[in-house]
Amino acid sequence: MPNMSLKKNEMPVQQPDVRNKNFSEVALGYTEEQAIDEAKRCLNCKNKPCTGGCPVQIDIPAFIAQVAEGNFAEAYKIITKSSSLPAVCGRVCPQETQCESKCVRGIKGEPVAIGRLERFVADWHNAQPGTSVEKPESNGHKAAVIGSGPSGLACAGDLAKKGYDVTVFEALHVAGGVLSYGIPEFRLPKSIVQKEIDGLKALGVDIETNTVVGKTVSVDELMQNEGYETVFIGSGAGLPRFMNIPGENLNGVYSANEFLTRINLMKAYKENSSTPIKAGTKAVIVGGGNVAMDAARCAKRLGADVHIVYRRTENELPARAEEVEHAKEEGIIFKFLTNPVEIKADENGWAKSVVCQQMELSEPDASGRAKPVPIEGAFIEIEADCVIMSIGTSPNPLIKSTTQGLDTQKWGGIIADDDGLTSKEGVYAGGDAVTGAATVILAMGAGKKAAAAMDKYIQNK
Amino acid sequence: MFEILEKNSLNPTVTLMKIHAPRVAAKAEPGQFIILRTDSEGERIPLTIADYDRETGTVTIIFQIVGATTEKLNRLEEGQCLHDFVGPLGRATETDGLKKVAVVGGGVGCAIAYPVAKKLHELGVEVHSIVGFRNRDLVILEDEFKAASSKFVLMSDDGTAGEKGLVTDALKKLIDSGEKYDRVITIGPLIMMKFVCRLTKEYEIPTVASMNPIMIDGTGMCGGCRLTVGGQTKFACVDGPEFDGHLIDFDEAMARGAMYKPFERKAHEDTCNLFRQEVK
Repeated sequence: MPNMSLKKNEMPVQQPDVRNKNFSEVALGYTEEQAIDEAKRCLNCKNKPCTGGCPVQIDIPAFIAQVAEGNFAEAYKIITKSSSLPAVCGRVCPQETQCESKCVRGIKGEPVAIGRLERFVADWHNAQPGTSVEKPESNGHKAAVIGSGPSGLACAGDLAKKGYDVTVFEALHVAGGVLSYGIPEFRLPKSIVQKEIDGLKALGVDIETNTVVGKTVSVDELMQNEGYETVFIGSGAGLPRFMNIPGENLNGVYSANEFLTRINLMKAYKENSSTPIKAGTKAVIVGGGNVAMDAARCAKRLGADVHIVYRRTENELPARAEEVEHAKEEGIIFKFLTNPVEIKADENGWAKSVVCQQMELSEPDASGRAKPVPIEGAFIEIEADCVIMSIGTSPNPLIKSTTQGLDTQKWGGIIADDDGLTSKEGVYAGGDAVTGAATVILAMGAGKKAAAAMDKYIQNK
Repeated sequence: MFEILEKNSLNPTVTLMKIHAPRVAAKAEPGQFIILRTDSEGERIPLTIADYDRETGTVTIIFQIVGATTEKLNRLEEGQCLHDFVGPLGRATETDGLKKVAVVGGGVGCAIAYPVAKKLHELGVEVHSIVGFRNRDLVILEDEFKAASSKFVLMSDDGTAGEKGLVTDALKKLIDSGEKYDRVITIGPLIMMKFVCRLTKEYEIPTVASMNPIMIDGTGMCGGCRLTVGGQTKFACVDGPEFDGHLIDFDEAMARGAMYKPFERKAHEDTCNLFRQEVK
């Protein structure tokens, strides 16, 4: 008999007024009992609408059925047939707009907590004594992967399993891409990212950090001089956008990328860190995406009073509902329909306040989207000695500008077909470098797809 | 890991190191920079490439001991390794079409000005080098500059080395004496570059200044190194580090450069104290 409770098993969390002062993980994860109880809410629908909502088509009812029986190892096997990073995706996927949005249980009541179950299964697996991974037999082919974010890790893993001699080139000193420099510890502990990377190394994948492809070595050199027969570009979308308003270069104004990189990659939140950060006493974060939520919650943890200003309303916030909820619980104040027009300086050249234009939503246009329009003469000024611009990122032009015959979109995204093949033979691409800033799971899926296509390409060569 | 193959003290606060980094050495050009970390917990600091040898796979860096990281760096010896060393980053110095250039360096900036002068000299460009230091003890690379320049002017604040005065005085004198430069390349403290650029603007001599702002990744990702050039925001790491000196907002760059000064001062003191305790 399924568990007919209308509500999900609640996720155990650190209390808001405790967690907003530390960087430990917010959500603590289900116990075995909670996981089994939640799994029993699944009706095991024949047509599996949830699987249709998953960008990588995990066989969700099948893995949940195993959880319900307490067969966690079996559940893990089912998930990893389709996903390379379950411990990561179980934490950062927007399940509420993907698998869980299609769940039949969600029609009346809450959907099955698919994401929490995925996370439970992955964490359970990671807690088991390490089983020795066997290095696959080499097939004698060399493949290069550029970037060690979600798409690169997934691609490298699948290629290694097929016997490729894989080298991942990473520009920073630590692998993981956005998982390492972007998403904070309290949402995605770095030990989990490290576990994924260690798993790849056990498969024989080489990770060359401190290598900026396009500067240290080019794609063409990798292929012509170093014997790589196929290359995957998963260099992400790491270039921060600014608003180009007066005062944006004042001291105390950061891009979200810089702010988060200082904290996550360089550990500036730790007292003995050699990298400084100034979250100030009053921080204003500009933007409404997940990155804005991350930056806001980091600033809060560093002791600032935090405002998020967003030019549309709460309904249009692109961030996950859960992140918004968590941010609010932690005491972050949202100012909707508010758009910065100027950052004012104090006498020492530091940010002092943000002047914002108040907005209202227009009637929906032909595309059905209401536009924020300024209310004439309506301005507010918010005190801020730290301002964090979190209004999006775009792909880095470094690889495009140094790779012959690699076509890109006008906005910088690499042009690739469904399999990830670019305009250059043997060169594949995927993740944010192709789509612009999107989700971890889409990038991971693109990496897997490309790995399959790269294998086919090499086998048919 | 990147081994320190050679270490020389150029003056009491400036050190030269040759680092084994074949990939970087293979691609390095004058004007570009590297980012290093001394240890697994270290911060990332950018340093401009002072020289390179593609055959031996070495990159030379010259640094002034100003903060915690350079202090730690200076305590490493030959045979020890840097934890991270990435590059070459940024764009190389543009040398196309130049016939006569004045290279104006100040202090440790001369370490960066030198490879530029050398490269130009090798290309057959007539190079006049004007270098300034606070005093005799701080002079570096004097012989190297002389070898790479058809005219060499040494200036010092107190007159203990070369002539007493500022590099701008020397540059003005040369220009006024009829020297016609198609470009001035200046590398040194921001305040010095600001006044060099102000001077050359009067004379309408195209001028390039090499910027060394705070940065983290060095690949265009953080935007910490942004500066205003001709009213537009530029990232020193990917758009520079060299920019049209007549368009740079130096005052803004100076304010941004001082952003973490109190932190740096304290971190430097803490590091020195730590070393002192170890010695005890």
